[in-house]
Amino acid sequence: MQLTVWTYEGPPHVGAMRIATAMEGVHYVLHAPQGDTYADLLFTMIERRNKRPPVTYTTFQARDLGKDTAELFQKAARDAYARFQPQAMLVGASCTAELIQDDPAGLVEAMGLPCPVVALELPSYQRKENWGAAETFYQLVRKMCTGTSAASRADGAKPRANLLGPTALGFRHRDDVIEITRLLETLGIAVNVTAPLGATPADLARLANADFNVCLYPEIADTACRWLERQFGQKTVRTVPIGHAATREFIAEVAALAGVDPNAALDTSNLPWWSRSVDSTYLTGKRVFIFGDATHAIAAARVARDELGFEVVGLGCYNREFARDLRDAAKLYGVDPLITDDYLEVEDAIQALQPELVLGTQMERHIAKRLRIPCAVISAPVHVQDFPARYSPQMGFEGANVLFDTWVHPLVMGLEEHLLTMFRDDFEFADSAGASHLGHGSAPARHEPLVVPQDDILPATADIAGPVGVTATGWSSEAEKELLKIPFFVRGKARRNTERYATELGIAAITLETLYDAKAHYAR
Amino acid sequence: MPVASLGCSTAPVLRERGQREVFCGLTGIIWLHRKVQDAFFLVVGSRTCAHLLQSAAGVMVFAEPRFGTAIIEERDLAGMADCNEELDRVVDRLLTRRPDIKLLFLVGSCPSEVIKLDLSRAAARLSIKHAGSTKILNYSGSGIETTFTEGEDACLAALVPDLAADISDVPSLMIVGALPDVVEDQFLRLFADLGIKTVHSLPARRANAMPPVGPNTRFLLAQPFLGETARALEDRGATRIDALFPFGAEGTTNWLHAAAQAFGIDEMHFRRLIAPGRERAKRAIAHSRAKLEGKRITFLPDSQLEVPLARFLATELGMIPVEVGTPYLHRKHLAQELALLPADTLISEGQDVDLQLDRVRAAKPELTVCGLGLANPLEAEGLTTKWAIELVFSPIHGFDQAGDLAELFARPLRRRDVLRV
Repeated sequence: MQLTVWTYEGPPHVGAMRIATAMEGVHYVLHAPQGDTYADLLFTMIERRNKRPPVTYTTFQARDLGKDTAELFQKAARDAYARFQPQAMLVGASCTAELIQDDPAGLVEAMGLPCPVVALELPSYQRKENWGAAETFYQLVRKMCTGTSAASRADGAKPRANLLGPTALGFRHRDDVIEITRLLETLGIAVNVTAPLGATPADLARLANADFNVCLYPEIADTACRWLERQFGQKTVRTVPIGHAATREFIAEVAALAGVDPNAALDTSNLPWWSRSVDSTYLTGKRVFIFGDATHAIAAARVARDELGFEVVGLGCYNREFARDLRDAAKLYGVDPLITDDYLEVEDAIQALQPELVLGTQMERHIAKRLRIPCAVISAPVHVQDFPARYSPQMGFEGANVLFDTWVHPLVMGLEEHLLTMFRDDFEFADSAGASHLGHGSAPARHEPLVVPQDDILPATADIAGPVGVTATGWSSEAEKELLKIPFFVRGKARRNTERYATELGIAAITLETLYDAKAHYAR
Repeated sequence: MPVASLGCSTAPVLRERGQREVFCGLTGIIWLHRKVQDAFFLVVGSRTCAHLLQSAAGVMVFAEPRFGTAIIEERDLAGMADCNEELDRVVDRLLTRRPDIKLLFLVGSCPSEVIKLDLSRAAARLSIKHAGSTKILNYSGSGIETTFTEGEDACLAALVPDLAADISDVPSLMIVGALPDVVEDQFLRLFADLGIKTVHSLPARRANAMPPVGPNTRFLLAQPFLGETARALEDRGATRIDALFPFGAEGTTNWLHAAAQAFGIDEMHFRRLIAPGRERAKRAIAHSRAKLEGKRITFLPDSQLEVPLARFLATELGMIPVEVGTPYLHRKHLAQELALLPADTLISEGQDVDLQLDRVRAAKPELTVCGLGLANPLEAEGLTTKWAIELVFSPIHGFDQAGDLAELFARPLRRRDVLRV
């Protein structure tokens, strides 16, 4: 047994739902008790989908156990077919139904439903959401791609590619597909099928007609891409086009496979110039902690260091299936890879590293908010605010623009940082105003005393950020006053660093000297 | 209040069996852990249970909330690890990390029930081990046994055998059901002013402050879904005071009045005392009346609050209930409520969601109260909806929340009218 507070991934049948919900003409009959229907709200509320996910839950109860749960399953499957008339059906069991061993595969085979049926074996007690999505997509592709070879391309026809991996509830999948489709079009490459998002089972049957596959999201599409490689000899484009340089490499890889001119991709992003412009100087060496699914985390690390000039101080992912890729990437940045699905471990790492920016999932957004560290979201799992109304891809050149804006936005602007230093002693200047471009979440740290008490030695203020501040060390009023002269957005860090420095050296009372000694100690 | 007929007291109930679009009983943990501030809820279940809790909670504002899931893994099922030893290990680790926890609930789930993991024995075993520091109880919130609010019922029922015996000769009042603190305090003030000397709440806000129970305990249910808890209290000799549930001016008056009568409070004193609150409630409700009067409403089954809320909307706001669906109909506790529903209301129990949605589409009510999985799809079809879960998470009981309760139903209709997109 594993004690879990928050989870990065749901169970594998939720992964299967992400495939079924992304597609058209598929219906999923899930052998499950009541309550498992909670998963519907992930799609209807978080992603704001305007249709119910195409899932029928058998809803067995305690009194059905050992009696007629199998019959219940068959009735649900029959009714679902009659009502929804899908082109293909998925059947499977949730965690509880797996234990009662009704064998949905056998049951549905005996029914002879008039459409292709994929019986899913998703071991709930071993695997998780991304694996479930990948397995479901792979099984559906196998079931529908019955041909043995690709249809040959007519002379003069455009090269064709499949875009594989986008799902329901994916982080910016909707916009990435638009961006990459447009990019391929400018190169003179047609998209044969995009799947699973928006595809029908009949579309999957046409996958073999493409010249090659683009594996947009390896977490979802890698298994299927490997099978398509073996079955039809289709090559796979594996560069994930997140960031300016990665997008250029993606174009080169695609162009080589398709035999087209890479220079035909007319677009470029603003990222290089925005990053080189002098206002961005203040981004130099900002310490960034990165966590997410392996693909997004690895891509983010590259953009952070090479395209924004940040220093990557932590890198990790929650999906063990891609741990090797992440370990390799961590070596490039000289950091210890953090591979865990335990949210508390990630929190500990962030707290210990004290980064200036966190790039993560919604979990890290919550952690960063508590620790008062700026944060941007780069990976699923995400919440409703990370499904924006506007066009906001992560991939391609426009994606690179989006990365620049969304990662830099939480930080204080260069010009502003400069002015704050100039004006901080003016009486009009109020720390509590926060940075002008941050409308919310920028209130000053609550633990600052408004009036400096008269006692010579103050007890260290308990820091809401965690145990670091809880120490026997006290501040002299002189040092405390000096601390107030430091701009509010770095004051919390200065306080923590000083206290940590004092604790390490066994200094009981923090004086002016200690404050500046600590500053020198932590200076880079 | 004039009662024209027996309402729905004897009306036939449509019982359906099929796909249910409801939460399981684990969901109650989200409000129960906030209510009892030194209790921890440990679900013994699967990754699905953990995922449900965080999805239903919506936002994860707490670094380490006072609930968690001991996820059963392959090695537990394959017999490579002894489930009981594993559970003991998890509990030990948890209590070491959180010594502030005074009451630990082991909460059964669908998987733990199916593999017949005996959590009552585990609770007894662990109670001995952690005696003196933490009390350990168990209940089931599994979806194969409990629907949404039945989880709270199971939790409170598990507390009852453990309550101290009340051997005093003086009658005392117990308010049963987890209410937001602000609402609970309002009721406690009213009962004190009425002259009822000893008033307790179940659950109390702290584990060591749970109320005593005995033959002199009279209890008022604050929620309509507490059938098992009521039965357990009756087993301890307590007597239930039958009343409407405290929603709206009339419901709250009736609920308070039933208690006043049971405690022999002078009628004039009662009327004088509640008059200001009652008038405030009526004034507050009046703001929403124009928006809601004559509008038709359907409730899909969710929290068992459906019948009392439909009664409130019908009698105090002039709404017309079309179908009132409930996961479970407790006829005895709802007898007075059912009598006040218009006679042609369709009462349905259980659910076959596809058939029920067909009825909603055919009836086209102006407002449909439903779960989060259904709301946006129905809105996209042109039906205005109200999320049922907000009725469980928001303070809606009593005089001073009656206006807010009415507003919860009026807002979706007002929004539909103001939007020009």
